[in-house]
Amino acid sequence: MSDFTLAIACHGERNFLLETHCELPARGITAICGPSGSGKTTLLDCIAGLRQPQAHSTIIFRNTTWNAQGTFVPPWQRGIGYVFSDARLFPHLSVRDNLHYAKTRQSALTVHSFDTVCEEFGVTPLLDMAPDTLSAGQRQRVAMARALLGGPGLLLLDEPFANLDSAATRHCQRVLKQLAVAQDLPMLYVSHNVEEVAQLADYLVFMRDGRIVDQGPLLELSGKLNTQLSRDEDAAAIVEAIVGQHDAAFALTELHLEGQPLQVKLLAAAPGTAYRVRIPARDVSISRTRAEDTSILNILPVEVAGIAAVDNARVMLQLRIGQQVILARITRKSAATLSLAIGDKVFAQIKSAALLSASAATL
Amino acid sequence: MITIVLASVTTVLLLLIGTPLAWWLAKRRTALSAAIEAVVALPLILPPTVLGFYLLLLFAPDTAVGRAWEALTGSQLAFSFSALVIGSVVYSLPFVVQPLQNAFQRVPAALLDASASLGATPADQFRSIVLPLSRRSFVTAASLGFAHTVGEFGVVLMIGGNIPGETQVISIALYDYVESLQFDQAHRMAGGLVVFSMLLLFYIYRSNGAAAWRVSR
Repeated sequence: MSDFTLAIACHGERNFLLETHCELPARGITAICGPSGSGKTTLLDCIAGLRQPQAHSTIIFRNTTWNAQGTFVPPWQRGIGYVFSDARLFPHLSVRDNLHYAKTRQSALTVHSFDTVCEEFGVTPLLDMAPDTLSAGQRQRVAMARALLGGPGLLLLDEPFANLDSAATRHCQRVLKQLAVAQDLPMLYVSHNVEEVAQLADYLVFMRDGRIVDQGPLLELSGKLNTQLSRDEDAAAIVEAIVGQHDAAFALTELHLEGQPLQVKLLAAAPGTAYRVRIPARDVSISRTRAEDTSILNILPVEVAGIAAVDNARVMLQLRIGQQVILARITRKSAATLSLAIGDKVFAQIKSAALLSASAATL
Repeated sequence: MITIVLASVTTVLLLLIGTPLAWWLAKRRTALSAAIEAVVALPLILPPTVLGFYLLLLFAPDTAVGRAWEALTGSQLAFSFSALVIGSVVYSLPFVVQPLQNAFQRVPAALLDASASLGATPADQFRSIVLPLSRRSFVTAASLGFAHTVGEFGVVLMIGGNIPGETQVISIALYDYVESLQFDQAHRMAGGLVVFSMLLLFYIYRSNGAAAWRVSR
């Protein structure tokens, strides 16, 4: 297994210091999340070679040393693709020439067909246009196509979907996911929004104040207690379910989560495919018995696997369902009243808002 | 005729020297670059005769420069066409370097980063991004360099020697006509220069105003 080793110290503006030591997978899609100003883009710039970290920093990608004491591989020799948050199309070239710019300088690492990439990112109708006549979303798609046509061995994406509508985002995510698997093209994907990365990423890195605070496989990490993520107000577990029946009459889709039914807003996904659902901890409540006379659709039998204090008033529960876990944040008083203990079999009630809202549907 | 050849040779040399110099000045911010920038700009404020005076001293056959030139070419440097070219290059340098430096500074570093990430070496970045984006400034720089060389007087008066057919340029010929009260010739020459300068400046300003490139954000 080839690895991706990072040991970076890099000073930024206003006393900002990026300091990371980590091993990342050199395969699949790794999401780098964190609030703005946490050093996500600085990290990408260091990996791209556009920013020189301190001399003792080390970056080793798949057995190639990019940074080390006395070694600095310049960005044009790293064989990377970089999708910048501000697209950075060349203003004096048409869309077609922007894409050809990448194609004529492509590294030998991977080769993508010009026409296929244009089709996949929907830029074929834009080819003869000038960059300054495009919408922000169109520019973003051209930037993604351009980065891929450079034939990179590693793709860096900085908020690539910031200007795309939800349909276009879903489509581009699908294309990227396919590339990551079929072409074995590793990607590092920066987003300030954990929710957005849920469908896409295999691995999650969470940054704060220039440091990596949590990292791990996405599904595993999102269900853990005692991480920075779980202490967040928006803490949520991500589970993978299989798409079952669509119920057009009620505009619902039934998913199977470890054999249990889970009703969500009507999806476009085909039955039998895997689908990730993000369940916010604040929307999950607990009962000892299965409530029959309730409006709540989704009630799952779970086992308490962990309890951790969030603050004086609240606790976070880790609830196991088959091989996966979900999180529930309840008051300490409720936990005491129910006298919850590890190993207890209880029922998790998931508020409809969690799975039926517009934001849940974009996942 | 001497004037046109002089201005053309000078302009070509100015672009060859001025482009790398302007790029270096645009990218570096050190005490050395500030000093060089000041030296380049000096001809803008110094009376041309001051410049001509020092160049004349420098080109004299008994200086190191004068001797080296004579050893290399076998002819004297002072009062030669070559001396005029050197003097003109120094004199017009700021008119070429400053527009180019401004243009280079306007090229966003973000675009060069994007180009580097796509595999472009610095030379490639310069050729494929910087040059096309500062194309118009090259026209401006070349035109200003050319026009300013045509219009110079003080420097060529000091170091040229006004040898007809060799170092007699138009502005000095005009002076001679006026001195010898040949006003008809003087009128023709002066009027011609006014029309030429006007046309050149009109061309520069029109091409600059029309479609200056913009960076999309």
